[in-house]
Amino acid sequence: MAESSLRPMNALGDTHSVETSGAHAAPDLQFENLEQQHATRVFGMWIFLVTELMLFGALFLMYTVYRAFYPAAFAEGSRHLDLALGGINTAVLIVSSLCIALAIHAARTSAKRSQLALWLLAAAVLGIVFMVIKGYEYFLHYQNGEMPVFNWTLTGAGAGHVQLFFWLYFAMTGVHAIHLSIGIALVGIMILRALLGNFKPNAYTPLEMTGLYWHFVDIIWIFLLPLLYLIAR
Amino acid sequence: MSEPIIPTRTLFIVCGALLLLTALTIGAYFMDLGILHTPVALAIAGAKAVLILLFFMHLRYSSGLTRIVLLAGLLWLGILILGTMDDALTRGWVLGTAP
Repeated sequence: MAESSLRPMNALGDTHSVETSGAHAAPDLQFENLEQQHATRVFGMWIFLVTELMLFGALFLMYTVYRAFYPAAFAEGSRHLDLALGGINTAVLIVSSLCIALAIHAARTSAKRSQLALWLLAAAVLGIVFMVIKGYEYFLHYQNGEMPVFNWTLTGAGAGHVQLFFWLYFAMTGVHAIHLSIGIALVGIMILRALLGNFKPNAYTPLEMTGLYWHFVDIIWIFLLPLLYLIAR
Repeated sequence: MSEPIIPTRTLFIVCGALLLLTALTIGAYFMDLGILHTPVALAIAGAKAVLILLFFMHLRYSSGLTRIVLLAGLLWLGILILGTMDDALTRGWVLGTAP
């Protein structure tokens, strides 16, 4: 890395210039060293992710209860989903997670900042591809009259319970999509900071935290695939 | 940092395994597994989650403290779901589950 001003970040993402010597960033006042600073912030991120798990957990709980009550309606609702699109989206998110992991690898091995930015860009683009495919799926549900409130045309015995499945489908995929949008925005910020040379092999904590968030959102989708798309043929 | 840097080769292998497991779960969907259908799908999803946690989220190299945070979260999620189902399924609201 060329000599440039080194900016360790605190948890809020503030930057402040620090006198540096060589490639070693200085920790903030309250920390003994960079390792402790990094470990503390990553630990905080994990606690946040566990609160996120509880947020999604409430949705998973509702899903479990109503699927136990109306298994046939959930199987019927599941057959209205497009497995090809769901499968493609799963692959898209998995590859995007690989890109994030490769970006962190690039940051830690002193690769060129353009290389780091490119991996992040690839992940963000894949995130957007996911959102576009998801939006197309929503559009199809609207067209087919499978969208509660906006356009619901299914009638007959048990249609109300199928609607319940679709309420949960939109709530779960919707909350997931909101999270992914936040993830894409975060990665966008990381691209700018990478290009500004904010990250060093020993100062990449914001990148690590963004990565943890991205992978968490990926894991949520990995469970949504079998729960929503793969209930019964 | 003190955490080792995971080689790119490992990252690519993990990604390949994740894609393979995705293909596997969709393949299992078209097989006649009967009552095992959902458990198999969830087991494959769980395996994928473990791979991501261990390698992409570096849990394999994290401190015990970080792992305990995750385990505590999963424990409470388990209490949330099992505790609620314990109640919901023993009220006779679902056919054949009356006490």
